[in-house]
Amino acid sequence: MADSTTADPGATDDGEDRRDFLLIATSTVGAVGTALACWPFIDFMNPSADVLALSTTEVDLSPIEVGQSITVVWQGKPVFVRRRTAEEIEIAQAVPMGDLIEPEEDGARVQKADWLIMIGVCTHLGCIPLGQRSGEPKGEFDGWFCPCHGSHYDTSGRIRKGPAPNNLPIPPYEFLDDTTIKIG
Amino acid sequence: MATPTWNNPIVKWIDYRLPVFSFMHHELVDYPTPRNLNYWWNFGSLAGIVLVIMIATGIWLAMHYMPHVDYAFDSVERIMRDVNYGWLLRYVHMNGGSMFFIVVYIHVFRGLYYGSYKNPREILWIMGVFILLAMMATAFMGYVLPWGQMSFWAATVITSLFSAVPLVGDAIVSWLWGGFAVDNPTLNRFFSLHYLLPFIIFALVFVHLWALHVHKSSNPLGIDMKGPQDSIPFHPYYTIKDTFGLGVLMVIWMFFVFFAPNFFLEPDNYIEANPLVTPAHIVPEWYLMPFYAILRAITFDIWFIPAKLIGVVAMFASILILLFLPWLDTSKVRSAKFRPIYKQFFWIFFVDCLILGWIGANPPDALFMDTVPLLIIGQIGTAYYFLHFVLVFPLLGWLERPRMVPESISAAVVAAEPPAPGSV
Repeated sequence: MADSTTADPGATDDGEDRRDFLLIATSTVGAVGTALACWPFIDFMNPSADVLALSTTEVDLSPIEVGQSITVVWQGKPVFVRRRTAEEIEIAQAVPMGDLIEPEEDGARVQKADWLIMIGVCTHLGCIPLGQRSGEPKGEFDGWFCPCHGSHYDTSGRIRKGPAPNNLPIPPYEFLDDTTIKIG
Repeated sequence: MATPTWNNPIVKWIDYRLPVFSFMHHELVDYPTPRNLNYWWNFGSLAGIVLVIMIATGIWLAMHYMPHVDYAFDSVERIMRDVNYGWLLRYVHMNGGSMFFIVVYIHVFRGLYYGSYKNPREILWIMGVFILLAMMATAFMGYVLPWGQMSFWAATVITSLFSAVPLVGDAIVSWLWGGFAVDNPTLNRFFSLHYLLPFIIFALVFVHLWALHVHKSSNPLGIDMKGPQDSIPFHPYYTIKDTFGLGVLMVIWMFFVFFAPNFFLEPDNYIEANPLVTPAHIVPEWYLMPFYAILRAITFDIWFIPAKLIGVVAMFASILILLFLPWLDTSKVRSAKFRPIYKQFFWIFFVDCLILGWIGANPPDALFMDTVPLLIIGQIGTAYYFLHFVLVFPLLGWLERPRMVPESISAAVVAAEPPAPGSV
């Protein structure tokens, strides 16, 4: 009982005893167990299996004319698919690296020079840049223009002016044949 | 209890302005607790922990659950199959409901055995009855959410109870449904209320604990603490004892979660709700079965009052009568330890509750040993249930001669300990 706690037979010379060991061991096991129990709650909020299953999108490129763009949805985000004109390709390839905010060769951003495929989400704060449809502002570099905070992207989707820090990202994709791609 | 002095400057700064650390120290560390509490006193804190786990898992499940008749069933199956650890959180929550009631029922029977409801703990007890009622409502509405066959028909049967109310019964039922049958509006509001009620329970638990901490815990001897020699600080003595009990509860709970997750569930609830077909055998969850048996026991009209109404009133009365227990029990002695006759009646009452539960689990027209209709047994069980409160409790206080109550907790503890060697 409470009255008989005065003498601790397990006490050693250095002032540590079995009780200290038990207290630390118990607390440690309890803390580790609680931390482990948190993981299912955290992982519960991650993308679920059915969401991950929608991670690829196939796109038929055949109806797209030269100089036309389409927007497809991949993982809930817009992907810009543009069949570039020879002029656009030429401009994109001729830009000196020193002029770029995030230097990147045009050749590194496309698998086939005709087809520019990138995620159409502004790298500043997530708006969708304009320039997909004819008549929309394309910005000072004739590519895309984000209306939210004025970021200008060139014909390779690289950031040239404005607050966005990075070029429009390129999603993983492959050509299944000449007119079909699989994104993701 | 002296206010502790804090060494940590941040703790000190906060505590001077908002004495939260002193409060915690006073109520959870220094808090004087009877030194003779046995393991039956674990179940209050266990219930509190189960409530917290239920709220946590419930909030998480709501992140993926969809309260719509077209999606509810599928969203629960999606939680089971596609959502990371969804199966774990759902099974913890689902079996947690049963664990909650096991723990709380033991807690209630502990109170009945040791007379914990008596002066000056009447309000503490009444708050407990309110918590029990709120738990039942919450559990029932949670059972509806997966939108299986048992969910749907439980919702239909339970809400239809209110149609027994004279004159406005049908209007009340239609109001509860938000329509002319259990449908999407019903599911939506049940989800809303199922989310709300646990927080109301949480608030009631706070009041329950507030009342508890005024006059402190009762104890197996049922006598008051008379001084420091009768108590020990809550920490570490009862924190460690409660932690051990929590470990045991977790072993049992996780056994069901991992090895028998659907043990408490009716298989029919994995069939999506169909408003056109009722399952052959409708039963509530086990924790509501005794009350369901009382509902079904009333098959006869009394004068002009229809049986249906009496059944519903009897069912609600069987819980509400607990509110009056502190005054129905006329004995001044709290603990059944010193009440030889009450102790026997306590066990009769306990068995009666088990029998009512068994009756509630069986079809209404079944026979026991091919001869005795279960209905008759249910009616006798129901009669005893009420007689126990309105007859046994008041009369025993007058007729029973209690045994001698010890002078103090410490005196009883010392007397029970073997004498030290050489002291004889």
